Amino acid sequence: MTARVENSKPERARYAALTQFARRNGLQIGIVGVMLGIWLLFIIGAPETFLKKDIYRALMTSVPYWGVIALPLTMVIIAGDIDLSFISIMAVGMVAFWEGYDLTNSLGIAFAAALVSGFLVGLLNGIIIVKMGIPSLIATIGTQFFWRGVVEVVRRGQGESLTLARDTVLRDVLVSKVGGYVPAQVIWMILVALVVWFILNRHKLGAHTYLIGDNEGSARLMGVNVDRTRMLLFALVGVASAFGGVLQSLDVWYFWPNLGEGYLMNTLAAVFLGGTSVFGGTGTILGTFVGCFIIGAIQPGIIAVGLTGYWTKLIYGLIITVSVAMHAIVRRRME
Amino acid sequence: MDYILEMRDITKSFGEVQSLRNVNFRVAANEIVGLLGDNGAGKSTLIKIITGYHRPDSGEILFRGQKVEDLTVPKARALGVETVYQERALADLQTLWRNIFLGRELSNRFGVLQVKRMKEETHRLMVEQMGYTSSAVNPDSVIKTFSGGEKQGVAITRALYFHAELVILDEPTMGLSLHETRKLLNFVRDIKVAGKSAVFIDHNVFHVYSVADRVVVLDRGQIAGEFLTKDITHDELMEKMYRVAQTGSLD
Ligand SMILES: Nc1ncnc2c1ncn2[C@@H]1O[C@H](COP(=O)(O)OP(=O)(O)OP(=O)(O)O)[C@@H](O)[C@H]1O
Ligand SMILES: [Mg+2]
Repeated sequence: MTARVENSKPERARYAALTQFARRNGLQIGIVGVMLGIWLLFIIGAPETFLKKDIYRALMTSVPYWGVIALPLTMVIIAGDIDLSFISIMAVGMVAFWEGYDLTNSLGIAFAAALVSGFLVGLLNGIIIVKMGIPSLIATIGTQFFWRGVVEVVRRGQGESLTLARDTVLRDVLVSKVGGYVPAQVIWMILVALVVWFILNRHKLGAHTYLIGDNEGSARLMGVNVDRTRMLLFALVGVASAFGGVLQSLDVWYFWPNLGEGYLMNTLAAVFLGGTSVFGGTGTILGTFVGCFIIGAIQPGIIAVGLTGYWTKLIYGLIITVSVAMHAIVRRRME
Repeated sequence: MDYILEMRDITKSFGEVQSLRNVNFRVAANEIVGLLGDNGAGKSTLIKIITGYHRPDSGEILFRGQKVEDLTVPKARALGVETVYQERALADLQTLWRNIFLGRELSNRFGVLQVKRMKEETHRLMVEQMGYTSSAVNPDSVIKTFSGGEKQGVAITRALYFHAELVILDEPTMGLSLHETRKLLNFVRDIKVAGKSAVFIDHNVFHVYSVADRVVVLDRGQIAGEFLTKDITHDELMEKMYRVAQTGSLD
C-alpha cells in the first residue's frame, strides 16, 4: 500500500507535467500530427513518388520562395493585422534589384536595393494603416494593386533574364544546391524561421506583438508602443517579401513582372493552417513552418496519388477548413 | 511640503464631454490620497493623465517639482508611477509571467528578454504575495481561466512589484473577497510605511477613509473639496458625499 503511494507520486507528477506540456503546445503538436498524417497518406497512395528524394528536393526548392514571407507574416497576424500586399512587394523588390544592378553593375548593391525597397514599401503599409487608422485588410488590398501597378508601369510588362548572375557569389549563396542536393533557399528559410522565432519568443518586439494582438487597450495602458511595433512588423514582411522575390528570380534565372501572383492564398493558408489565430494574440513559428510544407506538398501529392489536377483545389479547401476547425476545437479544449 | 506630484489647472475633454475642468491635484511625499466621486466624475480620467495615457488639453504636471512635458506611459513608469487600472489592463491569452511584466519586460539592452528571470520572479510573487499554492497555477498558466478576483490580484501584484514611488489604484477592490480586500488595504498601509505615496480610488467610502491621509472629492470634472481624514469622522464624510451627489456642493 505505502509502496504504491510512493510510486504514484512521481508518476502523477510526470503525468501532470505531460498534460501541461500537451496543453501548452497543443496547437504545435496538432499541426505536426496533421503533417505526419498527410505524409503517411501520400506515402501509401504514391510510394513511387514519396519514397524518392526528387519530390522533397522540389518542395525544398519552391516552398521557400513564399515560406520566408509566411514567417514574419505570422507576426503581423498575431498582432491582429494582415498583409495582402506582399505578393506585389516581391516584384517591387526585383524592380529595385534590376535598377540597382543597372546603375552600379554590382549584384551586392542590387540585392541591398531589393531589401531596402521591400523594407520601405512595408513600412509605408504600416504608416498608412497605423497613422491613418485604416484596417490593414483594406489598406493592403489597395497597396497590393498600387505596387503591382507601379511594377507594370515601370516594366511595361517586360521581364528580365538573370543569367548575368551565373557563377556569382550572391546566386551561389542564395539558391545553389548545397552538397549537390539541398537547395540553399531552404536553409535560408530555416534561418529566417530561427530569427523570427527568436524575435517572437525571446525579444521585446515579439512580446509586444502578442500583447497587441491579445488586447491592444491593455498594451497601450501599460506603455507598449503599439504604433511603432505594428509599423515595424509590416516593414519586416516587406523585407521578407523582397527576399523571397530575389530567391525565386535568381533560382529560375528570370524576373517576371507578375512575380508573386498565385502565392497569396498559399501563404495565408500556411499561416492559418499552422494554428495562428485570425483574431490575433496566439500563433507559433513552428506551426507556420510546418504549414508551409503541408500546403506545398498538397498539389504534387494529389497528382502523384493519381488524381487529376482538378482535385487540387477541392482537397486544398478540405484540408485547410478541417485543420482550422480542428484548431478552433483544440483551442476551446485548452481553455 | 514636498510634493511627489502636482497637477495644475488640468482640463480634459473628449469631444463634447468635458471630463475635467481646471483641476488642481497634489500628492505629497509619503501621503495616501483617497479620490472619491460619483460615476463619471472624472477620477479615471485624472489618473490616466498621471500615468501618461491621456494628454491633458491644458495645464501642467510636475513630478518632484520638475515640470514634465509630453508625459507618456513609459515616462511615467520610469518616474516611478505604477497603476492598477479600473479595466485591469491584462492580456487574457498570455501567460501569468507575461502579464506581470506587461510593457516592462526584463531584458538586456538589446531588448532580449530574460525569460527565466521573469518566470522565477513571477513564481516568487505568486508564493509570497498572491498566496497561490495550487500546483495547477504556475508562471506559465494562461490567465484567461483565472477568476475575476484572481485577475485583479495579478493586476495588483504587478503594480506593487516594481517598487513604485507613487502607486495608483483605481477601484482595486472590485471583485475581491472580504479577505482579499483586507489584504489589499494592508498593502496600501504598507505603501505608507515604506515611505511611498498612493492615490486610492474606491466607491466604498469606508475603505478610502480607513487608509487615506487626505480625501479629495471630485464632482462632474471639478474638485468639490478635500479633507484630512484626521479632521473628519467617517460618518461626516459619508454625509458630505451624499450631499455632493444631490446638490453638487459639500456643505
Ligand atoms: N476615452 C474616452 N472617450 C470619451 N469619453 C470618455 C473617455 N474616457 C472617459 N470619458 C468620459 O469622461 C467622463 C469621466 O469618466 P471617468 O472614467 O473619468 O469617470 P470615473 O470617475 O472614473 O467614473 P467611474 O466611477 O464610473 O469609474 C465620463 O463622462 C466618460 O464618459
Ligand atoms: Mg473610473
